[in-house]
Amino acid sequence: MQIIPGVISRNAPLGRWDFVAIPLIFGALVLTAYGLHGMDVPLTAVEQPAISLDRSRLPLYALYTTLRMFAAMFASLLFTFSYGALAAKSRRAEMVLVPVLDILQSVPILGFLSFTVVFFLSLFPGRALGAECAAVFAIFTSQAWNMAFSFYQSLRTIPDDLDEASRSFRLSGWQRFWRLEVPFAMPGLVWNMMMSMSGGWFFVVATESISVGKHEAMLPGLGSYVATAIAARDLGAVGWALVTMLVVIMLYDQIVFRPLAVWSEKFRFEQTIGQAVPSSWSLRMLRSSRFVAVVWSPFAALLRRVTTARWLPPRRPRKRVLLSEPVLDRAWIGLLVAACLVCAWLTIRFVGSELGWGEVVRVFGLGCLTLIRVVVLIALASVVWVPIGVWVGLRPSWTKWVQPIAQFFAAFPANLMFPLAVVAIMYFHAAPGIWLSPLMVLGTQWYILFNVIAGAATFPNDLRDVATNMGVRGWLWWKRVILPGIFPYYVTGGITASGGSWNASIVSETVSWGDTHLTAAGLGSYIAAATDAGDYPRVVLGIAVMSVFVTAFNRLVWRPLYAYAERRLRII
Amino acid sequence: MSYVLDETIIDLKGVFKAFPTPGGQPRTVLDDVDLTLKSREIVGLLGRSGSGKSTLLRIIAGLGEATSGDVLYRGEPVDGPADGIAMVFQSFALFPWLTVLQNVELGLEAQGVAPRERRERALKAIDLIGLDGFESAYPKELSGGMRQRIGFARALVTRPNLLLLDEPFSALDVLTAETLRTDFLDLWCEGRMPIKAVLIVTHNIEEAVLMCDRILVFSSNPGRVVAEVRVDLPYPRNRQDPAFRTLVDTIYARMTTSSSEPRKDSPGLFPGTGIGMVLPAISTNLLSGLIEAIAAPPFKGKADLPDVARSLQLDNILPIAETLQLLRLADLAEGDIRLTPAGQRFADAELEHRKEIFRQHLLAYVPLAAHIRRVLDDRPGHRAPTTRFQEELEDYMGEDDAKQTLRAIVSWGRYAEAFANDQEAGTFSLEDPR
Repeated sequence: MQIIPGVISRNAPLGRWDFVAIPLIFGALVLTAYGLHGMDVPLTAVEQPAISLDRSRLPLYALYTTLRMFAAMFASLLFTFSYGALAAKSRRAEMVLVPVLDILQSVPILGFLSFTVVFFLSLFPGRALGAECAAVFAIFTSQAWNMAFSFYQSLRTIPDDLDEASRSFRLSGWQRFWRLEVPFAMPGLVWNMMMSMSGGWFFVVATESISVGKHEAMLPGLGSYVATAIAARDLGAVGWALVTMLVVIMLYDQIVFRPLAVWSEKFRFEQTIGQAVPSSWSLRMLRSSRFVAVVWSPFAALLRRVTTARWLPPRRPRKRVLLSEPVLDRAWIGLLVAACLVCAWLTIRFVGSELGWGEVVRVFGLGCLTLIRVVVLIALASVVWVPIGVWVGLRPSWTKWVQPIAQFFAAFPANLMFPLAVVAIMYFHAAPGIWLSPLMVLGTQWYILFNVIAGAATFPNDLRDVATNMGVRGWLWWKRVILPGIFPYYVTGGITASGGSWNASIVSETVSWGDTHLTAAGLGSYIAAATDAGDYPRVVLGIAVMSVFVTAFNRLVWRPLYAYAERRLRII
Repeated sequence: MSYVLDETIIDLKGVFKAFPTPGGQPRTVLDDVDLTLKSREIVGLLGRSGSGKSTLLRIIAGLGEATSGDVLYRGEPVDGPADGIAMVFQSFALFPWLTVLQNVELGLEAQGVAPRERRERALKAIDLIGLDGFESAYPKELSGGMRQRIGFARALVTRPNLLLLDEPFSALDVLTAETLRTDFLDLWCEGRMPIKAVLIVTHNIEEAVLMCDRILVFSSNPGRVVAEVRVDLPYPRNRQDPAFRTLVDTIYARMTTSSSEPRKDSPGLFPGTGIGMVLPAISTNLLSGLIEAIAAPPFKGKADLPDVARSLQLDNILPIAETLQLLRLADLAEGDIRLTPAGQRFADAELEHRKEIFRQHLLAYVPLAAHIRRVLDDRPGHRAPTTRFQEELEDYMGEDDAKQTLRAIVSWGRYAEAFANDQEAGTFSLEDPR
């Protein structure tokens, strides 16, 4: 895997990029070591809230939070490679792994937290590492699922001729994985990594200030800083935390993700150059720096040798096993059905004994309330942002700077602005049930915007010219020309926005500012309340009902829309 | 150029391959194929697109399995990709994220060859096919012809005994294909490639005669070797050479005669009979174009197929000609095509009248069209869902064939204004037509 091509100047021992690269790289290494050391403290140190609101602590807290997120990203990558590969290669595993992944994507993240905290705390008794692991795991659950799904999809759509070429040249399974499958999946994977990273920030408050039942822990980091600031009604502190977050996001976007995105362009399967190739100063720095090249080349050589080595000599394919395929299939399906039935019965018994069916009906009712909110708000956001997105997308000069901003807003944890909403609602004596709702869509509406911008930007120019030439204007233009054209992109944005809104409902239907707690009746506030009280049966019920709603909404609304968009409206 | 050892590289006996279909009857793709390939030979498999020759090639390469029969490579049965067989693909199959050098090294990497030796051999192979200097380029930056050269280099660097070529030049433009062919033949004649034998699959008759020592003519549905033609012309072969032209004519005649004489044991030209006939995806533009070309001077209604093919630069003229024969607008015999009186009238007519002629012939000679029309006439409201016909077709043929046949009949029916099809609603109807 050649990462550093390019000509290295033979004259100067150090080029100008080296003066940037060396400090950056050493600085990052030092910071990581310092941070890791600082996080390994006794548990008592984090159980009592010891977060100081002193502004000078912010960089340190930012460091801790960033380390956690990257640790979770690393775990997500490992998960992606193993889970996605297994689901793609084994037909039987696929039968169970893919639906499970689908449902995991709909389960709200905070649901996981309540259950895993106890487990992790018990792993490392007495040390904060347990709580740290719980936090990292929670972030992992917000990152891993879409990456695994994207990897699985890529493995399933490998082009036939490349597949045949690697089989006919007898690449081993390992060689094939690193030479064909991972490179082919790379563009989609990098894009999903970027999305996942931004998803993680949304829950950073909840993951770092753990309060599940009687387990309380305040891990040092930006999230708990914000939580403390909200409890102390310190608006200034919240503001500073936001600024720090902005800086951190910009830094890792420029230094990590943008070069990754540019590098992954080389794996794109479409065989033409010609589209605008994005550029990244940090990638240029890495490529031009002599120091980096010198230090990296032994690693590169080792990587290349490991990933393309043939560990075993080519072997003849196995003969047929004794049991025939259909028999094994039926046995496997039987096993799955039995397992499903047992789980369903256990869940029903658990819920029924602790709560009773009246509660279930009530929770469904709350779910309907939240559903109404999601539908209304997505519709409103669409009506507002689609025209704007189209306008921007059709003008390249505007697209260039508006789209990154929209992507940034999508990445930004909007829930940090919620306290402002609380203040406003208190001031105007407004009804929380209605006015807390827009918060759900505050962070997710940007997905609609930047997807529509992307759709309008890639709308074929000759179709626009025809419309102008024929004098198509006004509503007719919208109906016949542009809306069908951007529809697939809109649906992609809509799916992400609605999924994100459901997740957001947990933190947006219950918002607090100091001692003021505003609640809007709905499924999100139900789950939040149950988590706070450590009421496990209610948490299970709430999560199950939310998963049912999200999955049903996806299957009944978004999937058919997407299939329609694929079939009729794809511009080839 | 004779060798002492006359080794049999490939020996196929009674190879049979069938795919299961949802309708019930498995679809036979290869039926009782016998094939022998000795060293110092280039053998061509010549047949229509979709006649199973690519399937046969993949069976030999070990990428697919025969349902029954013997497949022997140097005396050993083939069960998986074997050492010493390398393949060149129609779509080049280069990895976009690897440089030219890395792509060529791929096969050696897979075998576990040491890096230094790998590099040397790869550089030599790249030099051999004439792309010295392009080692660090990416496939995106190369033209089609260069990419296929890399495909050849990648295959040759593994020093295979047998080189399998799957329509290697059909994705290239005429000029580039010609250059690559002559370069390949140069290397072959000079013995500069370490290979012992070559098996090439193609649908281009002139290409087969240009390159091969032996040509095996393949019929489709089911795939079977129906003729073997020896080409004893010395290299380099000249397309204008009378002996060359005679051979091409013979092969055209072979491929068209086997269609006009219905043999009891072999089905007709198009797979299936009656409603179950698999129709080719040929547009009415091509049909009209060929009729006009034959009607015009210098042919004036009767032409030698290879001549028409050459003048129109069509390497795939047979399916179009056969469709015209199906519609009784032309006759094929002995490598010649002659317009029927109806075909002549079609050529002379205006568009409206052409559609009239086409409609009459479509309903008369294509059973599926007549069937659809009958069903639509019988039903009140004159509508029928597309799926009704699709399911009916799938009783006779595989899903892909059914889709292709439906698409063809919809396209012809629309041109003829015999019936209309609404794709969104999924119905056939008699709405527009007369």
